[in-house]
Amino acid sequence: MSTLAPADLQAVWITLKLASVTTLLLLLIATPLAWWLAHSRKWYKGMVAAVVALPLVIPPTVLGFYLLLLMGPHGVVGELTSALDLGRLPFTFAGLVIGSVLFSMPFAVQPIQNAFEAMGTRPLEVAATLRANAWDRFVSVALPLARPGFLTAIILAFAHTVGEFGVVLMLGGNIPGETRVLSVAIYNHVEAMEYGAAHLLAGGMVLFSFLVLLGLYLAGGKSWKGAR
Amino acid sequence: MSIPLRGYAAAAVWLLVLMSSPACAGEVRLAVASNFSAPMERIAALFQQESGHAVKVSLGSSGKFYAQIKEGAPFDVFLAADENYPRLLEQEGLAVANSRFVYALGKLVLWSATPGLVDDKGTVLGKGTYHKIAYADPKLAPYGLAAKETMEELGLWNAVQSKLVMGESITQTYQFAATGNADLAFIALSQITKEGLVTAGSWWVVPAHLYNPIRQSAVLLSAAEDQAAAQAFLAFLKSEKAVAIIRGFGYELP
Repeated sequence: MSTLAPADLQAVWITLKLASVTTLLLLLIATPLAWWLAHSRKWYKGMVAAVVALPLVIPPTVLGFYLLLLMGPHGVVGELTSALDLGRLPFTFAGLVIGSVLFSMPFAVQPIQNAFEAMGTRPLEVAATLRANAWDRFVSVALPLARPGFLTAIILAFAHTVGEFGVVLMLGGNIPGETRVLSVAIYNHVEAMEYGAAHLLAGGMVLFSFLVLLGLYLAGGKSWKGAR
Repeated sequence: MSIPLRGYAAAAVWLLVLMSSPACAGEVRLAVASNFSAPMERIAALFQQESGHAVKVSLGSSGKFYAQIKEGAPFDVFLAADENYPRLLEQEGLAVANSRFVYALGKLVLWSATPGLVDDKGTVLGKGTYHKIAYADPKLAPYGLAAKETMEELGLWNAVQSKLVMGESITQTYQFAATGNADLAFIALSQITKEGLVTAGSWWVVPAHLYNPIRQSAVLLSAAEDQAAAQAFLAFLKSEKAVAIIRGFGYELP
């Protein structure tokens, strides 16, 4: 039985870091967006919803390629980051985070949006009659009621980022310690016919993910019952 | 109840129709290394025209094809990016003994999308006036290995470490440079050559003594040992017409 090489351990760490940062950012972005999508009556709501779902349609490596174009020296985003003295985003961890957030956006927005929609406006109206202000209604009524949706969003966003491959391969440049994530490391081992190392990493990833998901579902199940 | 059932049956029949593919006589199924895609298109068209055999080309990395062929992938001929994978298949009895030959010698080039950045002696490499340099993973891609050998041979390997980015294939490496995200890239001359001319940017054709030769080899797979179409294709690949096309895309021949 072989053990993990330092380079592989590094890839594990970067993957966990990327998935955590991406999930946190997604929660911050997806919550207001899902709220707006669930309650807005604007005519362009459908368009926004469609744009959010688009990453599901585009092949990941192609999405990565377009991000490479956008963030590159001749791209709109690239020119902006250069003008702001932020340097270039491709081949950096920050670039990976942006790619991952866009790529996993539908997985975070849709469960939360569904939860907000399923709750309806009635609980909020009742809270309003009890003189809860808008922020209070959102934090003490809407958020707890939408808990299952949030749990699903967290699980999907985290798991989807761990398993992400095409976007990070394209945008990352496979730099050890900076942008080489677990999926890319496994892929490299397979391609190089180092099947032992690949099995170890892939097996570890599956086992770890299973345990994390199981834990989340168990914890979620308990708290839902508690909430009722 | 009857409507969903009928819909289900219709879907099943439709699936069967979609999944059955008619077998075609006189057909060659080729697994071709990505770097050879452009010449392959021309060669395949000419071969179809002259022989009447149909050609089906699958493009990909040699390592992937090797793994797929070992698991029984339906290919007749394998055109790899190096000598190693075809030799392994031969040793494992999956390729016909003595059918292996070098169909092209790959040429490494240092390329930039920016005109004037790369000089014709490649001194830009040592100057450090660039931000990022891309090369293909040396463990996976023969051109990546050649790039590493070149930088080592020039004594620059340590100096460039902080500037390196790695593509999983030379196709991706090319994309890094074509989008301007990497200022320089080590790629195959064939990638930027059309009709014997380099079309864009600036480049330096790396002298052959700086890296080990990239001997792109073809092999007849055992499953197609008695197939006339596959044998005809291999013969055609050695013909003058095919060789002229191959040279036109920036390859040499042994």
